[in-house]
Amino acid sequence: MKIIVAIKQVPDRDALVRIDSAGKWIEEADLQYALNESDAYALEEALQLKEKSAAADCEVIVVSAGPERVGTTIREALAKGADRAIQIACDDLGARDALGVARLLAAAVKPENPDLILTGLQSEDLGLGQTGVIVAELLGLPHATLILHVEKTETGLTVKRELEEGWFQTIELPTPALLTIQSGGNKLRYATLMGIKRAKTKEVRMVVADDLGVDSSPVMSLEKLTMPQKQKSTQMLPGTAKEAAAALVEKLKFEERVL
Amino acid sequence: MSGILVVVEQRAGRIARISWEAVEAGQGLGTQLGLPVSTVLLGSETESFAAEIAAKIPGNVIRAEHPQLAQYSADGYTLALQQLIEKDRPTQVVFPHTYQVRDYAPALAARFGQVLISDVIAIGDGPVFTRQLLQGRLNGTYRHTGRGPCFISVQAGAFRADSVLYQGTTSVVPQMPTNEGGALAPAGNSSAPISIFAPTIDPCQIRTRPSQPFRASSQTVDLASSPLIVSVGRGIKDAENLPLVQALATALGAELAASRPICDNGWLPLERQVGSSGQTVAPKLYLAIGISGAIQHLVGMKGSQCVVAINKDPDAPIFEIADYGIVGDLFEVVPALTEAVKAAKL
Repeated sequence: MKIIVAIKQVPDRDALVRIDSAGKWIEEADLQYALNESDAYALEEALQLKEKSAAADCEVIVVSAGPERVGTTIREALAKGADRAIQIACDDLGARDALGVARLLAAAVKPENPDLILTGLQSEDLGLGQTGVIVAELLGLPHATLILHVEKTETGLTVKRELEEGWFQTIELPTPALLTIQSGGNKLRYATLMGIKRAKTKEVRMVVADDLGVDSSPVMSLEKLTMPQKQKSTQMLPGTAKEAAAALVEKLKFEERVL
Repeated sequence: MSGILVVVEQRAGRIARISWEAVEAGQGLGTQLGLPVSTVLLGSETESFAAEIAAKIPGNVIRAEHPQLAQYSADGYTLALQQLIEKDRPTQVVFPHTYQVRDYAPALAARFGQVLISDVIAIGDGPVFTRQLLQGRLNGTYRHTGRGPCFISVQAGAFRADSVLYQGTTSVVPQMPTNEGGALAPAGNSSAPISIFAPTIDPCQIRTRPSQPFRASSQTVDLASSPLIVSVGRGIKDAENLPLVQALATALGAELAASRPICDNGWLPLERQVGSSGQTVAPKLYLAIGISGAIQHLVGMKGSQCVVAINKDPDAPIFEIADYGIVGDLFEVVPALTEAVKAAKL
């Protein structure tokens, strides 16, 4: 079985974000980046499927699009156990919309003829939550979203899908297929020292975005970024931990009357 | 024909609130653009739901019916709506941003060469659409620039359903002319016309086979009825630190809850998770500790009467909906708060 995992490098969750001077994106100069969390779960699911597979030719290939810095995240995935990678060199990723990015990914992975494509359910930066579904549409593959568990069957796959408010369902679908993975289905692994060492020798095939010959003109554009408006007037309680705690108890007891 | 099409979902035998919110968003767009608004329901038996919609709001109600739509599938819904959109040519298509919509609407939009502008929280003049970025840290304003229909989905709670539910019938939005599907007799004098659309779906076009939904295990914790909740997030750093928060919950007589990452890590059971994939709560007091406030969490608790947030990041989105905020190290603030609560209760 050949499994492709599409991963995205996103600003680190704890990174300080500032809107840039043009008001169109965030300052990227000193930004820390990380592997998108649900993509990490997609990679974990792929690695576990490979480990469970009896077939010796089971292969996990990661694919990622973006500028040069994406290489760091790709090496991290290889260190965790992916066999090889495809890096789509694309300096204008932010100027493309979800359809434009999905076209890049679809064109890059199509020649691989994968049995399964996995990706996270949504990115932590743009949060559109669609790239996987669009890739499936472009490649003519059946898909399922918000998947927590994947099981290979004789004819295809049985997957566990998360629904709202604590409900689940199972879905059977044939392969090749695409699944978007929800976080929490597995425990994430860390890269071992040996893994990090091995990653350096693994193949990373570079593909230039423009060579893929796909339409890059967007159909939606980000006009401006703003700080969110407060929905409530928050009373901030200053001072030391002890002072703030005392002030809060005072408020909860005498104003909110919840104590 | 130009107009706005709102896709309404029925779940567990009723039309969920978020669908009425999508109708409200569609009506706002209709007023802004001077366009009629129609609604569509998909299924195999939609008669009673269609009548409910027609009685409440003006505009055509379309019943997209086919035996293959009895149960949801991405393939079935995408095909049915593709055919309806090709026939009626709406200029805007509005969805509620549910797990179901997230499953098929991106493929549907791609089929028209468009991108779903997802999880919209506000619509401005233009129209422009505001959605949250970076887990709610920033808002982005988007414009649809494609030449095909504009697809948007609206976030739960972002638009008010009340006006649709209680004053909808007095709206002045013009009605979309009846399409060739043939209008059925309206249920009452004031009801909007209802029509049936029969898509062509071959059973072999449905490639996935879903099971009936099920719940993982019996719930032993009922967070929803708990008046006081202490909820913990990623800021706690390690499972070993949980007793710190448990001590505060005990002192307050509160239930302990958590955001998704805590349950994903297996540090607390799934039944203590608050948010879109967990439980929805509205206690008298909700104390969010080390929770940044991603939207998936906020939808599960923003109905709380009093929200207190303790976080080291002053820009954390949780402060946008908090009544009281303490910016600080939870490892100092929480023990201090536990002591202060104990002292106040003596």
